[in-house]
Amino acid sequence: MKLNIIVLAKQVPDTRNVGPDAMTPEGTVNRSALPAIFNPEDLNALEQALRLKDQFPGTTVHVLTMGPGRAAEVIREAMYRGADGGWLLTDRAFAGADTLATSYALATAIKHVCPNVDLIIGGRQAIDGDTAQVGPQVAEKLGLNQITYVEEVKEVKEVTEVLAKASDQGRAKEVIATRHIDGGVETVESPLPCVLTVNGSAAPCRPRNAKLVMKYKRALAPLELAPGTSYEDLPYADQYGKKAYLKIGQLTTADVNADLAQCGLAGSPTKVKNVENIVFKAKESKVLTGSDEDINGLVQELLASHTIG
Amino acid sequence: MANYYSDIKEIQFELENSALMSRIVELKERQFEDKDQYDEAPQDFADAMDSYDKVLDIVGDITGNVIAPNAEDVDAEGPHCEGGRVHYASKTYENLQAMRSAGLNGMTMPRRYGGLNLPVTVYTAANEIVSAADAGFENIWSLQDCIETLYCFGNEEQRQKYIPRVCAGETMSMDLTEPDAGSDLQSVMLKATYDEENDCWRLNGSKRFITNGDSDIHLVLARSEAGTRDGRGLSMFIYDKRDGGVDVRRIENKLGIHGSPTCELVYKNAKCELCGDRKLGLIKYVMSLMNGARLGIAAQSVGLSQTAYNEAIAYARDRKQFGKAIIEFPAVAEMISNIKAKLDAGRALLYQTARYVDIYKALEDISRERKLEPEERAELKKYSRLADAFTPLAKGMNSEYANQNCYDCIQVHGGSGFMLEYACQRIYRDARITSIYEGTTQLQTVAAIRYVTNGMYAQVIEEMLEAPVAAEFEGYVARIKTMAEKLNACTAAVKEAGNDELHDLCARHLYEMTGDVIMSLLLLQNATKAPELFAKSLQVYVNLAEADVEKNNTLVARMTSESIENYRQA
Repeated sequence: MKLNIIVLAKQVPDTRNVGPDAMTPEGTVNRSALPAIFNPEDLNALEQALRLKDQFPGTTVHVLTMGPGRAAEVIREAMYRGADGGWLLTDRAFAGADTLATSYALATAIKHVCPNVDLIIGGRQAIDGDTAQVGPQVAEKLGLNQITYVEEVKEVKEVTEVLAKASDQGRAKEVIATRHIDGGVETVESPLPCVLTVNGSAAPCRPRNAKLVMKYKRALAPLELAPGTSYEDLPYADQYGKKAYLKIGQLTTADVNADLAQCGLAGSPTKVKNVENIVFKAKESKVLTGSDEDINGLVQELLASHTIG
Repeated sequence: MANYYSDIKEIQFELENSALMSRIVELKERQFEDKDQYDEAPQDFADAMDSYDKVLDIVGDITGNVIAPNAEDVDAEGPHCEGGRVHYASKTYENLQAMRSAGLNGMTMPRRYGGLNLPVTVYTAANEIVSAADAGFENIWSLQDCIETLYCFGNEEQRQKYIPRVCAGETMSMDLTEPDAGSDLQSVMLKATYDEENDCWRLNGSKRFITNGDSDIHLVLARSEAGTRDGRGLSMFIYDKRDGGVDVRRIENKLGIHGSPTCELVYKNAKCELCGDRKLGLIKYVMSLMNGARLGIAAQSVGLSQTAYNEAIAYARDRKQFGKAIIEFPAVAEMISNIKAKLDAGRALLYQTARYVDIYKALEDISRERKLEPEERAELKKYSRLADAFTPLAKGMNSEYANQNCYDCIQVHGGSGFMLEYACQRIYRDARITSIYEGTTQLQTVAAIRYVTNGMYAQVIEEMLEAPVAAEFEGYVARIKTMAEKLNACTAAVKEAGNDELHDLCARHLYEMTGDVIMSLLLLQNATKAPELFAKSLQVYVNLAEADVEKNNTLVARMTSESIENYRQA
């Protein structure tokens, strides 16, 4: 059995090591003050994908990331760990995207580059936005099942025809995964294709591999080249001609036939109205049970404080 | 997110700043003949250096983010023996898995067997880096270099059978020591007999103090020639754990390197293969194995010294007494500066040795493929002798320094250092073995002293004194020259006395003086190239070296044929 796996990954500012200049006066993230890193939970997602590749030789793992030229670093980092390659989804028209526009772009790109995808695996959420929305929205847009908060992919197997029919897609593969839920672990199965989002508590990603680093260290996306230059102008230019894997795939809105109205700022209904610093003042916590009475009380309290409503 | 490689600029300096490096790469890569065959092979010298840097960055990353955080637990839990098998501390498996998935095994082996084809110098840096976090784990992992001996002396079938397995992460051990054969390996008695019926060799007997003794692939020194009692009756064998026949009777309870299992082994008719020729086991193969292992211990020692420095300076900056950080007190500052000076000096010696080893090993390897040109043969001879001379110096001096540095590191911590809560106590215990195993410092002296008396070091020193130095450090040349003259005078006096016992008594002192002079010269060259990194260490080290030379000079002057008796207790 061979699988086609796409890992959704994002380059994020390292919000775990914030300094005093981490925020702009406008309340947005000051990206230049923070090192750009591979979103941590996307690394957990990559590990789950690479384990399947280890288990099923011939399986391909490709990374799809949206961002500026430097975001190709995420693709390289994944290749150093065993991914086959990836695509940098990049276009000025993608800029300013909220989760809706991001998931539109990713889903559109997946349909374009990998219509036969079996598994789409991403981290639960990115540390710069913490929404956990992109994975589920991609699943919705592609009309696929989703398993969120995955701890471990237990098994991918070929299944009997009965189950295969039930999957609408007519493809006879199934994934079994454990997901973290309040107070326990749930084991879920789904026909493929399917979208998984993986928790940070899942197995950590393997380190970079020495041979793969030496093999892929020169891999570049076109946007990473100096303006007005091409691969032919780089040191070791002949290598780019001989080794196709050194040219990282790059996709624009036009490449994937994206509807510009649904991309970037234009496609993003989310608007940041205001950003406030929160200082926790309460010293005591309140314990609520699941009773109707307690829930009602909480709703009333939140309505009264205009937290909701 | 500590990186034990990229955080230490001195290691990068040692890799990049030697004229020998381009020769090493050229030889090791055979004019870059692999470049069209292997995706990971370098295109040219700059490309190779860039790859080395990137590989070491992975080593530094894993060391900082996996091995270092695990070190304390590994030390506390240690391995245990059950049913004749070793079970490592649980986090040792995590460490091994990280190294395996990073492909950091069989690092120096040719690519055709699955190796990374890295120079010994780069592998030495990896050893140093890993040791800085956990010297015990480094033992298990770095025993991969036993494969060098199998590669050099095994046949092609054995190479193809075993090297890919080591590159894939299987572990190794060298089974040499026995209860009555420690430093004196000629006394090894483990019996190897030829089994005519099954056309294989069999091992019977026991070994002890075997590091990582339950490894996948063992190199075993055993007596193949019945009735012999000396080194000429010993041969080298390969034991494959998959064949069974060797059990672990017990593991030792040690002062340090707790993560590394030290085993007593029982061989019960264990099937094995002869490696190389009969009777050359000790005199040729073990000597090769030992030289590799000694360089490894020198690297381990430097790693421990680096950690001693890091821990000492971090504590001294943080700890306040009498209203200020204790590093402000000259008595504390001196200890830390001494650690740094010995660290930088020892490291310079370590990498100089590794480079010598690289050139001779690469040429030796080429000589297995084709006849060497006359100038290559001369080059091989030169570097082979330099490697032989420098290896025991690097091992002995660095292991003694590691002990001194870890001692001072605890001293900087004061009372807290004596408690088991800071890393300094672990490295102090771990460092203690470095001056003992793979030949005690006393035996390193035995190995090195002939190069003192035959003038080999003297010649190296003379050449180094001619090297250009930065104007600001010119004054050091005369000071070092004076030290060298004292060394030469002491050597001459000892030789003149013509007394073997006096020679042996003075050997250690001549050895230390040699180390002092050579390391002073190496630091002088380093400081000339990178004063920002080495100017302070140069000054501090030469002060220490001058004092040490003076001390040893006095001792040698006072040790005469008549006074030997005073050094013998009833």
